[in-house]
Amino acid sequence: MSDVEPRSRLHRLLLSGEFVVTAELQTTDSADPGSVHHLAEGLRGIVDAVNCTDNSAAHPHISNVAAGKLLLERGIEPIVQFTCRDRNRLALQADLLGAAALGVRNVVMMSGDDVTAGDHPEAKPIYDIDSCHALRIARIMRDEGTYLSGRKLTGPPSFLVGAVENPFAPPVDFRPVRLGKKVEAGAEFVQSQIVFNLERMRVFMARAGELGLPQKAFILGGVFVLRSARAARYLRDQVPGIDVPEETIRRMEGIPAERQAEEGIAIALEIVQQLREMPGIAGVHVMSINWEEVIPRVVEGSGLLPRPAAGP
Amino acid sequence: MQNTTRLDRRPPATAPPPKGLRKALILVEKGIKEPIWDCRMCGQCILHSTGMSCPMRCPKNLRNGPCGGVLQNGHCEVLNDRQCVWVQAWEGSRKMPIWRGHMAHLQRPVDWRLQETSSWENLLTGRDRYLPAGWRSYETGRHTR
Repeated sequence: MSDVEPRSRLHRLLLSGEFVVTAELQTTDSADPGSVHHLAEGLRGIVDAVNCTDNSAAHPHISNVAAGKLLLERGIEPIVQFTCRDRNRLALQADLLGAAALGVRNVVMMSGDDVTAGDHPEAKPIYDIDSCHALRIARIMRDEGTYLSGRKLTGPPSFLVGAVENPFAPPVDFRPVRLGKKVEAGAEFVQSQIVFNLERMRVFMARAGELGLPQKAFILGGVFVLRSARAARYLRDQVPGIDVPEETIRRMEGIPAERQAEEGIAIALEIVQQLREMPGIAGVHVMSINWEEVIPRVVEGSGLLPRPAAGP
Repeated sequence: MQNTTRLDRRPPATAPPPKGLRKALILVEKGIKEPIWDCRMCGQCILHSTGMSCPMRCPKNLRNGPCGGVLQNGHCEVLNDRQCVWVQAWEGSRKMPIWRGHMAHLQRPVDWRLQETSSWENLLTGRDRYLPAGWRSYETGRHTR
């Protein structure tokens, strides 16, 4: 990864060896640009880049690319997520090109939650291509300067291409291999599913290390800040693919309701600390649901403030 | 294998109408593979690369591995009374004497024109080897770089 020209500010920080911090923008359901601008203000100077989700949990929200543009207007670097659920290979390429033209410099490709998980379960899911194909298509556009079809782009995009991986979902032994496929397909950075089960994360990272993946892609660990024991149970029971160990649930339940939020922050701080010490982890991706004001507390509490300046 | 010419980017001949011998071939393939593997007749079979678990049974049609939503009990997040086809693929591939390593192979995007055609015929005629020119040039570039 040496002698590489940085594609984005995030990339520059990763290349410099900085332990990076990214966060997820709360979804908004408003046509008022102020709804995103307001959220952006709360994250300025707190994190290095902010993920703009793509109809997260299969519910429509403000467009991922539009949210990215609104963040850019406030000087915040977006990481725009693209799912394969809502767009075929034509739409994906059009959106990638459009996002790049608007100034987006980080993209993340994923399959996406199924429509049955959302509020339009009757919708037709697309899944023309899978996440590995989407990663490769982004790299073809950038590196070959063509569409997937081979037709030339007059101005190729330049972005850092990212993937996601869930180390905690079965088949767990295959997960590092699958991450290897994503890296081979074109992933240059990876954001992991939420880490509560540190033991499993260590096993995953050890295996990824044996495959040489941390040398080929920057791996960020996902951190979720729990607000209550109820939230912990909700993640475990209602959100597919999230592994919340019994021990975490018990720890939250053992605290009086009014102090559970503080305990959730304490758990998040411990996980950030453990991830920092884990070989091959290049940063953290901090998430919460409808509790955006907690992100600065976790970043500050982890001793990761102030964030470094990263040039233009 | 082929030059990236303008013609190249045009679709290869779509499947001829399923009549006569061709129809018989489709019926035989479907008759064997559907009951055994719940085959969806994608016409570009990679069953041997995926532990004999058909990836087209995945509700997201994933050809390169499971999504992140697989439940802790190994079931599908969409059809949660069923085991994830990729959990079956991984377990199946571990039991195979050959082709185990194919689980790490990057599979190309699906050519949806081949639905309901015979993968055997497509294998023999080479119709299933179609690769979009961009994908092909990227791979070629990788090897020479």
